This record gives sequence, C-alpha cells and structure tokens, in this order.
Amino acid sequence: MATKLEPDLKATTEPKLSKDEVLRYSRHLIMPEVGMDGQLKLKQAKVLLIGTGGLGAPLGLYLAAAGVGRLGLVDFDVVDFTNLQRQVTFGTSDVGRSKLAAAKERLANLNPEIQLDTYEAKLTSENALDILRPYDIIVDGTDNFPTRYLVNDACILLGKPNVYGSIFRFEGQASVFGVPGGPCYRCLFPEPPPPGLVPSCAEGGVLGVLPGIIGSIQALETIKLIIGRGESLAGRLLLFDALALRFREMKLRRNPDCPVCGDHRTITQLIDYNEFCGIRGGEAAAPAVTVPEIEPRELKARLDRGDDLFILDVREPHEVQICTLNGYLIPLGDIPKRAHELDSSREIVVHCRSGKRSAEAADFLRKAGFRKIWNLKGGILAWSDQVDPSVPKY
Amino acid sequence: MSVKILIPTPLRPYAEKNESVQFDVRTVGEALDLLTGRFAELRQHLYADDGRLRSFVNVYVNDEDIRFLQKEKTPLREGDIVSIIPSIAGGLL
Repeated sequence: MATKLEPDLKATTEPKLSKDEVLRYSRHLIMPEVGMDGQLKLKQAKVLLIGTGGLGAPLGLYLAAAGVGRLGLVDFDVVDFTNLQRQVTFGTSDVGRSKLAAAKERLANLNPEIQLDTYEAKLTSENALDILRPYDIIVDGTDNFPTRYLVNDACILLGKPNVYGSIFRFEGQASVFGVPGGPCYRCLFPEPPPPGLVPSCAEGGVLGVLPGIIGSIQALETIKLIIGRGESLAGRLLLFDALALRFREMKLRRNPDCPVCGDHRTITQLIDYNEFCGIRGGEAAAPAVTVPEIEPRELKARLDRGDDLFILDVREPHEVQICTLNGYLIPLGDIPKRAHELDSSREIVVHCRSGKRSAEAADFLRKAGFRKIWNLKGGILAWSDQVDPSVPKY
Repeated sequence: MSVKILIPTPLRPYAEKNESVQFDVRTVGEALDLLTGRFAELRQHLYADDGRLRSFVNVYVNDEDIRFLQKEKTPLREGDIVSIIPSIAGGLL
C-alpha cells in the first residue's frame, strides 16, 4: 500500500501549472531560458518587497505578472497626489487609500494565480526578522538610509539575497547583495552620510521614469536569481544616468572587515538604525536652529496693516515658476555671497517651501548681524493651508 | 597624466554644477586635493574632520574601488576616469 501511495502523494505536492497558467505564462514557457522548469521555480518562489512606492511599482507589477508564487509587500504609507507621477501601480482614485490595499488590489487583478501577503507596518529592528524569514529573496525598494541598513543586516543575518536599487533625481544604482561570498550594502557603504550632509529638498526630486527603470532592473535580477539563469549583478554596482543615458558598472567586493558579513563580525543582531544613521554618521544631527518664527496668519495680518516687511524667498529659481509670495529671491546657497543686497535695518521675513531652508538662511543672517529676522513657519505649504489656498502646494 | 573626475549629481551643487573636471595629476590623492581646492565646499562632503575620506563616499578609478587598490596613493594613468560614488537613499526627499 505504502509504495503505491507514495507516487500519488508526490504528484499532489509537486508543483504543476494549470491550463490557465500555461496560457498565461506561454511567452516564458516557449523560451528555453525560462521554460517549464523556470516557470515552476517562479511559482514556488517567495519574494518580499520592502516599499510599494516608486521602485516598488514596477517590481510588484513585473514580479506578479511573471508568476512569482508568493509576493509579500511591506508599506505603511497612504497614496497621495505627488506619488502618481512615478508610482504607476496607483491611479487617481487611489489617492487617500492605503498603498498596500491599493497595490494588493492592482496586483491581484493582474495575476489572481499568486499569493499576496501584506504587512501594513514600518519595518523595524523588532519586526524585521519575522517579516523577512518566510521569503527566499528580499527586494529593497525603500527611500531612507535607516531602513536600507536594517534590510541589509537582516538579510545577512538570515542568509537571504537582497536585491538593491536606489534613485536620486536622474541617477540610479542597482546591485544584488547578500549572495554567498558576495558583498553586502555595508561593504559598499560602511556608514550612511550624516543627516546634515543629505541633500535638502532644494536638490531633491526625481524623474518619474527613473524608478521605473531601476525597479525593472531589480525585478529582472530577482527573476534571474529565481530561475538561476544569466549573470547576476552580485559583485557589480550598476550606475545609471538617465540624462546622459549612460550605464556604468563598478566592481564590488566583499569587505573582509565588514562588521556584518566580514571575517570578524561585530554585528550579530539587529541594532538601532535611527541612532546608527543619526549619530554614528560622524557628526551630530543638524543643529536645531533657533530663529524667531512668524505664523502665516500673523504675517498676513501684518501685511494687511501695511507694516514694512521685506519678504525674502530662499528657494531655487525654478520653484518660483511653480508659485510665489512675490518675495525677493536669493537661493539659500547664494545667501552668504549676496547678503549685502539686504537692508539690515528693515524687518525681514524669510520663507521657502516648508520652512526648513528658510530657517537655515535666517540663522545665517542672524549670525551675520541681522537682528530683525523672522522665519515663515511652515513656508509656502502652511501659507497655502492657512492664508491663501489658491497658492499651489508642491 | 590627464584624468577626468566625474562628479555625481548629489555633489554637483558644491562644485558649481560641474559634471566633470579634468586634471593633470599622478595619484588619486592629488586629484582629490585639486578638486577640493577648486571647490572648497566639496571638502566637507568628501573628508571628515580628521582628514580621512568619508566612509560613505567611494572613489573608483575606472571600475575599481581605491580601497582595494592603494587608496589615495593609487597611481593614475593617462585617460583614467576617477568616479566619486556617494550613497543615495532613493525615493522622495
């Protein structure tokens, strides 16, 4: 009996494609590089995507479409209008919804054959190992340094590959970390930049297509890892410049002194990554700037009264094209060499988009001897909310 | 040796928006000295207070990391390309 039962049991546990699946994946099945073997590997694969934003959009869509059998999604954010320029999983009607709910609906509609797991949480040192453990491959589509180091360390501790992608304005990076003998994220970047040296929103922004390209490369590398075909990006750092349309490749090596994957490991459990990125970065976090602030409503009232106030806009010229409070423009970076254009005997109200750059500018001017300086609290965003809703927010 | 130094996007605001500069130098150290001499603001982004290259800034000669060559003493040949590769977190800033 037992010998007779065994093949039957095997038949029910061995993966097989249904007739619908054969049709759905036929363009994979007819190419020998994937074929039935590769497609069955995809069906059995378990991949976790950290982040369902810009990088997560092509990742989720292509991995679901390719038939990755179990796809986990981690996010805690809500879809907003500024996401739609690049996060193509979402539609206008999703604004205000949880990203996970919207992404799950979209991906389930794209491919109902796969299992979708959602984790509505911020990945932390407390929950990371439990969330990552059930998956074969982790894909890092996050947007901040603490989570990147957390994902890297958790992958090394669990022995899982980490498919990395990162973007900034029109430049992208991609690699595969954490394969046996290969480098990890810390081998490449032992420490994050201190918060004070991270570019401000004046230099921020991202070309919408860029995460589409880098996220697609991550999806490609994930599929290659699963089907065991081609040459992996592990051991190479791919750099992409979208404006020049140039791909470059750098060699990566495992660092024998790496604290997490090296020969003498000092990190054997997850640490406090906010602290690591804030304090271990080499410098204290940007000092809290103490400049007197003026509320948007108070500024409006004083302007209406006819008070003599000089409005100084420290944004970039291209931002003035979006909206303006008709202030005098000196971009933050030019303040030191153009401060002489300002009259220190007048009251000056400094503003930017959110109030951060203007606080820096006001602090600089105070130290330079300007005594009657105010920072517009919350910047143009707050002005639009509290005083003049016709001013667009960006 | 005439070599080209590529300046990455996040650091261009501190280098008068230059994408690259060309220097006549013999080592990576000399190239970085000339670069930070020409763009003083770049210095604090590339070097820590103790004068060492910051650990989140990687310098490559062609496709090799100078940490695995001779670091700042790495010799340069005519036509070499020196790249500065910063860590970027990605996403929305």
